[in-house]
Amino acid sequence: MSSSIETLVNREYKFGFVTDIEADTIPPGLGEDTVRAIALKKREPEWLVDWRLKAYRRWVTMREPHWGNVRYDPIDYESQVYYSAPKTAKPIGSLDEVDPKLREAYDKLGIPLKEQQVLAGVAVDAVFDSVSVGTSYREQLGKLGIIFCSLGEAVREHPDLVRKYLGSVVPYSDNFYASLNSAVFSDGSFVYVPPGVHCPMELSTYFRINAANTGQFERTLIIADEGAYVSYLEGCTAPKRDTHQLHAAVVEIIALANATVKYSTVQNWYSGDEEGRGGIFNFVTKRGKCAGANSKISWTQVETGSAITWKYPSVILQGDNSVGEFYSVAVVNHHQQADTGTKMLHLGRNTRSTIVSKGISAGQGNNSYRGRVYVGPKAAGARNYTQCDSMLIGNRCGAHTFPYIEVANDTAQVEHEASTSKIGEDQIFYLQQRGISKENAVSMIVAGFCKDVFKELPMEFALEAQQLLGITLEGSVG
Amino acid sequence: MRPVIGGRLLVVGYWWLVVEQYQLGRDNVLDIRNLQARVAGNDILKGITLTVNAGEVHAVMGPNGSGKSTLAQVLAGNPVYEVTGGTVTFDGRDLLALQPEERAQAGVFMAFQYPVEIPGVSNAYFLRSAYNELRKARGQDEVDPLEFLDIMEKNLTLVDMDPAMLNRSVNAGFSGGEKKRNEILQMAVLRPRLAILDETDSGLDIDALRVVADGVNTLRRPDNAAIVVTHYQRLLNHIVPDFVHVLSAGRIVKSGGKELALELEEKGYDWLEAPAEALA
Ligand SMILES: Nc1ncnc2c1ncn2[C@@H]1O[C@H](COP(=O)(O)OP(=O)(O)OP(=O)(O)O)[C@@H](O)[C@H]1O
Ligand SMILES: [Mg+2]
Repeated sequence: MSSSIETLVNREYKFGFVTDIEADTIPPGLGEDTVRAIALKKREPEWLVDWRLKAYRRWVTMREPHWGNVRYDPIDYESQVYYSAPKTAKPIGSLDEVDPKLREAYDKLGIPLKEQQVLAGVAVDAVFDSVSVGTSYREQLGKLGIIFCSLGEAVREHPDLVRKYLGSVVPYSDNFYASLNSAVFSDGSFVYVPPGVHCPMELSTYFRINAANTGQFERTLIIADEGAYVSYLEGCTAPKRDTHQLHAAVVEIIALANATVKYSTVQNWYSGDEEGRGGIFNFVTKRGKCAGANSKISWTQVETGSAITWKYPSVILQGDNSVGEFYSVAVVNHHQQADTGTKMLHLGRNTRSTIVSKGISAGQGNNSYRGRVYVGPKAAGARNYTQCDSMLIGNRCGAHTFPYIEVANDTAQVEHEASTSKIGEDQIFYLQQRGISKENAVSMIVAGFCKDVFKELPMEFALEAQQLLGITLEGSVG
Repeated sequence: MRPVIGGRLLVVGYWWLVVEQYQLGRDNVLDIRNLQARVAGNDILKGITLTVNAGEVHAVMGPNGSGKSTLAQVLAGNPVYEVTGGTVTFDGRDLLALQPEERAQAGVFMAFQYPVEIPGVSNAYFLRSAYNELRKARGQDEVDPLEFLDIMEKNLTLVDMDPAMLNRSVNAGFSGGEKKRNEILQMAVLRPRLAILDETDSGLDIDALRVVADGVNTLRRPDNAAIVVTHYQRLLNHIVPDFVHVLSAGRIVKSGGKELALELEEKGYDWLEAPAEALA
C-alpha cells in the first residue's frame, strides 16, 4: 500500500561525489606507531602524545559495545586508514589559499565557504577528511576575543585552554569509540567564547569524508566562559562508496556559570544504497557539561544519513538551575539503523531538562530512541520532560523506545510521553486533492511531525535541513 | 417485432446526439459515462451517468451507503477506490488519467465529508502552498506570504472565520463545524471550476449552514459548476440546485428539478425502486 510513499523518500544522495585530490595518507592499521605518526604529522606537544597513547592503551583493553539496537558485521580496525589529509605545501592561512578543487567540492556541497556567503553571517570551519581546511571570519571574531579555529591550531596557539578542557567532559577512557577517537583524532573545531561575550554569528563546521577506507575521527571542543553565548552548527556529508566507513567523533562542550551553548547538527553522511551496501558508521560521543550555575546546553540534531547512527548527545547538569535540552529528528530509510537519544544527568539543584525526539522510519529502516534521565540525590527540585514520537512510513520499518529513568531525589518530577503513528494515506490524499504533489505532501506531513524540533534550528540551518530532508519548512516551522 | 424495436433504438440514438450537441454548446464541465468503481473488493458504483454544465448546481441525494462519497472520491482520484469501468471527461480531458493533484490543478475541488487533520502544518501555509501549486500549474507566479494575506482576508470574511484559525494546524482540534467551514474557505481561495461538496452541511448549526450556503452562492458563477451531496432539503433552500439526482445502491435511480428534493424530504427514499431489483 505504501510502496508509493516509500519511493518518494528514496531520493538520490546528492553529495555522493568524490573529489580527486592528492592526499597525504598514513597506511591502514592501528598501533602505537600509528598514534605516534599522527601526532608527528601534526607536530603535537609531548603531553598530547602521551594522552593519545594512554587512550590507545586503554582502547586495546576495551570491547566494541553491542547493547545498541543495531546490527552490523564486525569492523576490521586494522584495515582502516586513520589519517588522510589533502596535500598542501604549507598550512593554510586564508581562504584564498584553499585548493581550488576543495573549494569546488565545498561549492558542490553548498557550503558557504566563499567570502560573500561568509558575509551572510556564518563563520565556517571545514574539515575535509581529517584536516581543517580553512576557518573564515576569524578576524572579526578575534576582536571579541572569540577563538574559532581547528583543534590542531588551538593545540599550538592556545595550549593552556586545550589542556585544561580536553577530555574534561568525555575522558579518554569513556567508551570504546571515544577512546579510539582520543587515540587517533586528527582534527576538528575549537571554540572559546570569553566571559560575557555573546557570539554575534552562528559558528559552523562542515565535515566531509572524501578518501576511501578512511575513518573520520574529528574532535570538537567548545568552551563558553561565564555569561557567554554561542550557537554552533555542524554539517556532514561523504561520497558514496560500497564499503562502510567509520566515523567516530567526539564533541565536548563546557558551559560555565550563566553561559549558554546551542549546538545544532544536520547529519547527512552517506547512508548506503538500497540494499544496505556501504554507508557511514556514525559512532559518536557528544556530551556537554553545565559546569556553572544557570548555564544551559541545548542539542538539536537532524539525523538523516549514515548506515548506522549511534549517538547520545548528553548533558551533565552540574550547576544549580542549569538547563539541558535535546531536540532530535532521526530519519531512517532503506536499511539504515539509528539508535540515538540522550542522557540528562541531573546533579545540581533545580536543574531542568527537556527531551523532544521525533523518529521517522521508512523502507526497512530501524529507529530506536534510547534515553537516560538520572536525578542524583542532591538534585532537589529537578525536572525532566520527555516526549518521544515515532512515525512509520510503510510497514517494513521499525520504531523502538528505550527510556531509562533513575530518580534518587523524591522532590524531582519526571514526565515521559510517547506515541507511534503511521503516515496517513488519507492525509496525503487530502493534500493532493488541494493540488500538492504526493512528494510535497509527504514532506509537509513529515515537517509538521518534526515541527517542535525544526523550530529549534537556527534559520540558516533550517534551510539546510529543508534541502536535506526535501522538506518545505517555511511556514510550518515556528 | 424486431424492426419496430430497431426503429425505437434509432430514435433514442438520435436524441443522444442532439442532447450532446446541445450540452457541448452549453460549456460542458463534467461528463460521467457508465462509471463503475469498487473498494475493498465490493462493487459500489454500478454505472453512473451524469452530465454537468457550466453554471449548474447538481444535488446528489440518497440513502447512507448508496455511494455518494465514493462518487466524490473517485472523481477526486482517491487511489483507494478502483475504477472498473466507464469514462469521465472534465473540460474535454480524460479525468481518470490524471493524478489527484493534477485534477485539483485542473480545477476539481472536493470538500471532504471527513476533513483530515495534519498536525504541525499551519493552515495558512497549507492554503498558500495549495494556492501556489494551482497558480504554478496555470503558469502564474507564486504569491508571497504577504500578498497571500490580502487574499485570505477577503475569503475569511466570506466564511466568517477567525483569522486565528490560520495559525493553527490544518483541521487539528477543529470542531466539526470549523472543519466544514475550513473546507469552504479552501474552496473560496482555490476557486475551482468544479466543486464537489460532500455533506458539507452535516453537523452544522443553522448559522454555519447559512455561512456555507452563502459562500457557495457567492462563488457560483456562469463559468463554474458544483455537485452538492446532501441529505437535507434545508441546504437546498439556500443553495438552489438546477438538478437533483437520487443515488441508490450505486446507481442514479431518479433525476429531477429542485422539487424532487422536496418530494424526497416528504416521502423518504423507499418509494424509489432500486434499479438492481427492478432489473433483476
Ligand atoms: N474506503 C472504503 N473501504 C471499504 N468500504 C468502503 C470504503 N468507502 C466506502 N465503502 C463502502 O462503500 C459503500 C458506499 O459508501 P459511501 O461512503 O460512498 O456512501 P455514502 O452514500 O456517501 O453514505 P453516507 O450518506 O453515509 O455518507 C458503503 O457500503 C461503504 O461501507
Ligand atoms: Mg458519504
